[in-house]
Amino acid sequence: MSIEAISLSGRKKLVSNKEMTFWERMYLVAIVKGLMITLRHLFSKKVTIQYPEQQRTMSPVYRGQHQLKRDEQGRENCTACGLCALSCPAEAITMKAAERKPEEKMLYREEKYASIYEINMLRCIFCGLCEEACPKDAIYLTTSKVLVPANYDREDFIFGKDKLVMPLDIAMKNAQLKNAN
Amino acid sequence: MKVTIDGQAIEVEPGTTILQAARMIGGESVPPAMCYYSKLKGSGGKCRCCLVEVAKGSDADPRPMPKLMASCVTGCMDGMEINSKSSDRVKEARESVTEFLLINHPLDCPVCDQAGECDLQDLSFEHGKSKSRFIEEKRTFEPENIGPNIQLHMNRCILCYRCVMVADQLTDQRVHGVMDRGDHSNISTCISKAIDNEFSGNMIDVCPVGALTDKTFRFKSRVWFNKPYNAHRDCDKCCGKTTLWMFGDEIQRVTGRKDVYHEVEEFICNGCRFDHKDPADWVIEGPREFDKDSVINQNNYTQELETVHIATEEGILKGREQDRKKISMSAIPLAKEEGEDFKHGNL
Repeated sequence: MSIEAISLSGRKKLVSNKEMTFWERMYLVAIVKGLMITLRHLFSKKVTIQYPEQQRTMSPVYRGQHQLKRDEQGRENCTACGLCALSCPAEAITMKAAERKPEEKMLYREEKYASIYEINMLRCIFCGLCEEACPKDAIYLTTSKVLVPANYDREDFIFGKDKLVMPLDIAMKNAQLKNAN
Repeated sequence: MKVTIDGQAIEVEPGTTILQAARMIGGESVPPAMCYYSKLKGSGGKCRCCLVEVAKGSDADPRPMPKLMASCVTGCMDGMEINSKSSDRVKEARESVTEFLLINHPLDCPVCDQAGECDLQDLSFEHGKSKSRFIEEKRTFEPENIGPNIQLHMNRCILCYRCVMVADQLTDQRVHGVMDRGDHSNISTCISKAIDNEFSGNMIDVCPVGALTDKTFRFKSRVWFNKPYNAHRDCDKCCGKTTLWMFGDEIQRVTGRKDVYHEVEEFICNGCRFDHKDPADWVIEGPREFDKDSVINQNNYTQELETVHIATEEGILKGREQDRKKISMSAIPLAKEEGEDFKHGNL
């Protein structure tokens, strides 16, 4: 038995080279068959949406842009303990700690805080390990509900505290909600 | 004298304590020690972390000791049999001791500079519970300034007395000590006098928790982001052998060289520790090695990884040597009949 004749997969088919008939050579039947397939798809359910006007709802566990949380008094939770940077598999997080001054007590919750906190969004893989490692409930990927947008410059993908820290008005709203309950 | 710890026998000199004998054996049966420090005379017997069960007192008196013994201050006897990790009683006792030590500890590891090389962290990792049963308010102290180089956090102190012994045994005049009694006892300098002795910085190294930390390193970095190097310099006051904790080209911290039990090999002077932060001052010997499981080894790719060997017949994965040669190398052509077989399949 020669190697050409063996079919390991069992799906080997011999190509036939027989001559086509007159009707087959006209291709009319084949064209009508193809048009029927196109027509059928016109009436089936659409799988796409009109993106900027219509938007899909995000799943509650969707992981988007990180947010550094504030507590109900508006103070930053992060103490720059470095566990998020340690757990980050992509090494996307950098930080620098500083000591809180007595007059900054309403800004930061503990005596140490992150003076610089940067996430390189080009490196980040949105795995959420930083959120799991955080002992202070400070970093969340699920609360912001923001996609990290595209951009032209690589430098613009390094997000500092100006983009990551939760805005004060949201913190105030959270505090009001908590008091209302 | 022959002692047996967790079933492992060892010959020791008379006068050896159980803890020292266990450290000679090494491994898992070494009891944890928070207050005992082999380089400090008279240390030990305070924290009760190193409790062991003496199942047989000695050959002469084979009765077991009724209570658990602190291994750091109990001497070995001939024929003694000791259960350390293998005993449930010991494990339970260590869990209780850990819980007691953590009652007044502020648990501010994310802020503390000692995190990552803290004995209490290691102890509670191994023997602690993840939950606290203590609902009362923790004991707190007013922050006190004890000088320009050393930061005192009295809230974190576990009163091991190691720093007091350093001051007693290394310096000629001790200016700090334990004030007050019972729950109120605290480390303090009487009349807030600055500690400025040339060897006072060793208190930082001997402190098992973050109660005494380096002010020049305060909040600069976490220990696991630093790269530790062995280095030395000519110093007329001490041996000059240190570990440098570097971040890039910057020396962020200088400490003594600590062994596997977190005890410094040799004490260093304050000049080396606080004043020489320029890499040009030091001769760097090479990277400092730590335990395999230490957090300091995080992201350290310089360690040699063991290659995986699969126990299979040699050649089962690669194929026979002569076959591989023939398939991949056109320089070694097949013989004529072999070529025919290869073309049509030799079936």
